[in-house]
Amino acid sequence: METSGLIRVSGCHGFCANGPLVVFVPQRFCYVKVKPSDVREIIEETVVKNNVIDRLLYRDPKTGQRFQVENQIPFYKRQLRLIMDYNKRIDPCEIRSYLAIDGYEAVIKALTRMSPEDVILEAKNAGLRGRGGAGFPTGFKWEFCRKAKGSPKYVICNADEGDPGAYMDRSVLESNPHSILEGMIIGAYAIGASVGYVYVRNEYPLAVKHIRRAIEQAYETGFLGKNILGTGFDFDVRVERGAGAFVCGEETALIRSIEGERGEPQQRPPFPATKGLFGKPTNINNVETWASVPLIITRGGSWYSHFGTRSSKGTKIFSLVGKVRNTGLVEVAMGTTFREIIFDIGGGIIDDRPFKAVQTGGPSGGCIPPEHLDSPIDYESLSKLGTIMGSGGMIVMDDRTCMVDVARYFMNFLRGESCGKCLSCREGTQRLWEVLNDICEGRGKPEDLDLIEELAHCVKDASLCGLGQTAGNPVLSTLRYFRAEYEEHIREKKCRAGVCRPLIEYQVVSDKCVGCLLCKKACPQDAISGELKKTHLIDNERCIKCGLCFAACKSGAIEHVRAREICHT
Amino acid sequence: MPHVTIDGLDLDAERGWTLLDAAKHLGIEIPTLCAMDGLTPWGGCRLCVVEVGTAPRSRLVSSCTYPVEEGLKVRTNSSWVIRTRKMLIELMLGSCSGSKELQDLAAKFRVEKMRYKARHDDCILCGRCVRMCAEQMMGAAIGFIGRGQDLKINTPFLKPSESCRRCGGCMEVCPVCSGRCQGPDAENDVCGRCASMTPTCSGVFDDYMCYMGSTGSCGTCVTKPVSGGK
Repeated sequence: METSGLIRVSGCHGFCANGPLVVFVPQRFCYVKVKPSDVREIIEETVVKNNVIDRLLYRDPKTGQRFQVENQIPFYKRQLRLIMDYNKRIDPCEIRSYLAIDGYEAVIKALTRMSPEDVILEAKNAGLRGRGGAGFPTGFKWEFCRKAKGSPKYVICNADEGDPGAYMDRSVLESNPHSILEGMIIGAYAIGASVGYVYVRNEYPLAVKHIRRAIEQAYETGFLGKNILGTGFDFDVRVERGAGAFVCGEETALIRSIEGERGEPQQRPPFPATKGLFGKPTNINNVETWASVPLIITRGGSWYSHFGTRSSKGTKIFSLVGKVRNTGLVEVAMGTTFREIIFDIGGGIIDDRPFKAVQTGGPSGGCIPPEHLDSPIDYESLSKLGTIMGSGGMIVMDDRTCMVDVARYFMNFLRGESCGKCLSCREGTQRLWEVLNDICEGRGKPEDLDLIEELAHCVKDASLCGLGQTAGNPVLSTLRYFRAEYEEHIREKKCRAGVCRPLIEYQVVSDKCVGCLLCKKACPQDAISGELKKTHLIDNERCIKCGLCFAACKSGAIEHVRAREICHT
Repeated sequence: MPHVTIDGLDLDAERGWTLLDAAKHLGIEIPTLCAMDGLTPWGGCRLCVVEVGTAPRSRLVSSCTYPVEEGLKVRTNSSWVIRTRKMLIELMLGSCSGSKELQDLAAKFRVEKMRYKARHDDCILCGRCVRMCAEQMMGAAIGFIGRGQDLKINTPFLKPSESCRRCGGCMEVCPVCSGRCQGPDAENDVCGRCASMTPTCSGVFDDYMCYMGSTGSCGTCVTKPVSGGK
């Protein structure tokens, strides 16, 4: 018997927790966690005989049920994958595979049958808002730039994704670079721009490679260059690599960086729409915004505006990470609740531990406590909760996460990534970190809370750019929802999550210990003594509080308590 | 001519003015630090923040960089501005406690406590020297290096710069070290470091003056310390 089939690389499927994935088309069988040793069996059984291999199918950890078909898996079933769905259908390095799924149809439609004003109107009708975080309506932004005087005009794709734990832009760049180019061509046509830049960080080598190849192929096919599709419209796109400064994701800093200057935000007004790159009108949109444009043009603004809430339309990709079972890229309609994303799509918290908080918007965002799990995710609701949409990072935390430590972590990130221009941001984040560090290490004073609250507001109010104006959020939101935890750290010198090492020490609960030696083997310091089937003992002089014994113990016999030396002081 | 209202006073401002220019025209004082006549506005110290717009949608902007806009309402002394300004001075003082200029500012705006651990950075990164060198002296010998906590001002690759003409303009405009560089004049000095046994310049001016190849020319390291004032 002979069978012919085509095996090819595809873009990211988004189900990171269960990768690598293999999907069969047209049957849509989906195999998860595939290893090289499974390949022979897959070829022999599924490719040749069309049999499903049960053990490679996704198994629901709660019910044990196995799912044959990809879109039956709960992780995919509840998503609305308008952008991400293309990823698995195309080879990112091959323009023909993008053309085969009607790629560049939107460019053809816009350039041949629509006027620039029509395109802008369509974007307005769609209600598309910037996916980079601030949520400015895209259609209006284009209109400002179109009306601005100056030539040439520029469009820029902001692919400088730098939030810890966020990687949705990277996934689109790596998996479907042509959709971004297509969006940029349409946007440039609407604005009247003749040059485009893709600003991508050099830490994303595959993204750089794929977008470069996509640009090359688009030139060869005639979607870029002079006289595109014979319409007389010229458009060139270049790739500019960033050196990885977080602040260069801020539009004015990004422009400075492309100009070859220090990546330092500038005063707005003048806005880039009137005076941007090289002093010319410039329009900057995020990767996801550009990738949404072709959909809006092909299927219509009113179709797109059908998804989402009253003020936030369409879908948003979130990178769901942290203590959640199904980590990965999740695309949902705006207005979906946190509960749906974390518990239905994400499959709940690892080991069914209690949910404590979810951080959105990365270092510029804030933590949302369990009582707001049912609030819808859109620009306005998030800002009411004291956080921001940001580019779409979503970090889930369980009860083993210390919120003071989380605030300290983000402040440490920000104090290194602030450009340093504004004193409020440079010194403010440094001082916030110092105070938070003191609190985490048991040196907190009761008046510290008022100080960091006042200082965090000052950082937000007095700073120039988006980074500084949101830099207080991690502190303010954790203070707002988890003040009791801060107070415990300060007054009782206690870290209930057991994260702040100077405040805790580990001990063996003698009636739970079965004497299995697991903790003893795990300890890198030889701090645990004890024999088989006898209660073990931790020597706190030697213990470095790494927590390996705590993680290794299967009978829950190791617990963390308040450190003794702290208790005595 | 854009019409602006500053602290209730109406003004038809010149096009191209900043809010600071407009306030000066009206005789309203706004404290500044990184701003200096003859240098391009930069907006780094944030000391000149003013409240623009009407509450609750008002916000703080640096008046030295914000252009006058038609119909803009500005408040230079609202409680929000004052609160923020005091915190900014406290932050500055925290990093350069010895500066006379900063101490004077603190006294003027009644910053009475310093809740941060004092550091003696000897540079508040206001960028005056960088702009002075580039814009007035046409040297561009120094610039910012790094970002965030690692931000500093120095010559490229920390090597003596060929563009430097050793004019000393950078030191002249420095708000932080100027109080210290005038030699052992007890009346004008608040830091008192000139009176100490260690040459004051060694830590700091290695990077600037001495760096530029003229070791000893500023004089501080060779002047004998004077004890007990005059």
